[in-house]
Amino acid sequence: MISELEELYQEVILDHSRRPRNFGDLADAAVRVHGDNPACGDEIHLGVKFGTDGGLQDIKFTGHGCAISQASASLMTAKLKGKSRAEATEMLRAFHDLVTDETAEAPKMLGDLRLLQGVRKFPQRVKCAMLAWRAVEQALQQSAGESTISTETEFVTP
Amino acid sequence: MHQVASGGIDWKAIREDFPILRERAHGHPLIYFDSAATSQKPRAVLDALRNYYEHENANVHRGLHELSSRATEAYEKSRQQVANYLGAASADEIVFTRGTTESINLVAQAWGGKFLRDGDVVLLTEMEHHSNLVPWQLLAERTGAQLRFVPVCDDGTLALDRLSSLLTPEVKLFAFTHVSNSLGTINPVRELCEKARAVGALTLVDAAQSAGHMPINVRELGCDFLAFSGHKMCGPTGIGALYGRAEILDSIPPWHGGGEMIVSVTLEKSAFKKAPHRFEAGTPNIAGAIGLAAAIDYIESIGRAAIFEHDAQLAGYAMERLAELPGMRVLGPSAERGALVGFVMEAAHPHDLTTFADQYGLAMRGGHHCNQPLMRRFGLPGTTRASFYFYNTKGEIDRMIEILRDAVRFFS
Repeated sequence: MISELEELYQEVILDHSRRPRNFGDLADAAVRVHGDNPACGDEIHLGVKFGTDGGLQDIKFTGHGCAISQASASLMTAKLKGKSRAEATEMLRAFHDLVTDETAEAPKMLGDLRLLQGVRKFPQRVKCAMLAWRAVEQALQQSAGESTISTETEFVTP
Repeated sequence: MHQVASGGIDWKAIREDFPILRERAHGHPLIYFDSAATSQKPRAVLDALRNYYEHENANVHRGLHELSSRATEAYEKSRQQVANYLGAASADEIVFTRGTTESINLVAQAWGGKFLRDGDVVLLTEMEHHSNLVPWQLLAERTGAQLRFVPVCDDGTLALDRLSSLLTPEVKLFAFTHVSNSLGTINPVRELCEKARAVGALTLVDAAQSAGHMPINVRELGCDFLAFSGHKMCGPTGIGALYGRAEILDSIPPWHGGGEMIVSVTLEKSAFKKAPHRFEAGTPNIAGAIGLAAAIDYIESIGRAAIFEHDAQLAGYAMERLAELPGMRVLGPSAERGALVGFVMEAAHPHDLTTFADQYGLAMRGGHHCNQPLMRRFGLPGTTRASFYFYNTKGEIDRMIEILRDAVRFFS
């Protein structure tokens, strides 16, 4: 077997892609973000509900895409649920570095998300991994309402 | 030159003409199944480019020196070769462009800009590549012309029974692809041109996927325009051509302004050359045109009928073998098809499949193939596409099946 492939598609990643967590419509979402990756047609519909403290009380997604984008979205929602905005922003920055920066260390706070580090060896797949995060980045910039994002617009670390 | 004693074609020897096919990818022998995106180049084409730069390089149509004469002669000879290749009546009907996309944009902007009015209709099909869709959208926005589309049936063929209701007198141009780049469908060009002509509409054929794969004769097809790219038929990138029937081409105003396309220039205004030079402002892609002519020579040395036969057999064999795999859906017609197969597998998304295959040296394309509306029509975000050319073998298809089988195991 090939090591780079196994590194990219680790068992946990394949598991999350086959059975994504937090998959479904968040009925009482305050913010809904529709994201797409025009390069491949992947789509995500993210719903976020904020708590009274402003943190991410609940977060769910629907959509379709490759194993990397589905696993990334699944692992991300599991990780961000219950986090404060500041923590979410910090993770967003750390995850972006994880999949793009060859030299970045994988910080412990990312937990299982660190398994997506293999993506950095596949530059064409970075957008797949980032799709859900681009959606959450947008969600963090608004307190209510609906919006759309695309992986073809520049990533701006908040 | 490519014949064996028995009179058949020595495909193995032909493969040897392509140095890049000896490359390895990720440590495996390269299997190049992405020729619909761009084909590989035989040594004859690479040599022609080198020879041009070593012995003939100069600007065309302007130098009064020996090298400029050689370059001009080679460049114009290439135009004649393209004309012969397409069965055009004259070299004056051939405009060199950067490729299919630029050829179509030329017609949309220069012809469409002059002749289309609010209320006129451009008829397209649902299977067009973005390059034969977006230029018409831009034109429609500018002129108020409407776009209309021939639907695609579930089997990947055009809904020809709808044609008579779509081809109304408002239709000024019917632009359609010869071979679909994601379905493999071969459209009945001659019949489509005939029906368009009956209502007074001009026709444009997108021959990007057919020019290097099958015999084409524009006068037999009866089209008014035909666009193709050199790089998909063994030629260099950045060169292609637009065929335009003389009468039509002569009626079109210039497109780009600059040197080379003028007869005389004052500070106030200019007089322009006749077609095709009117449409070639600035220093053209001389080396590209010469490389394209070398590609044409190379293809003709094998024979387009033989290439078509060979590719059809490969596509048929691929369809047959793909059907052995679980959860497999192949798009497009099951009979008569071009040199490609687009498919989706339950086990894995096209991007995961192509990433996986790439690690074993198998180059395919995964995604929407510049066919987003068509993908939507079939309810798919994208497909995986294996596309073939005469240098590919059944052995490579067997290897593809093994790799896809491994992928099913890996992702399931």
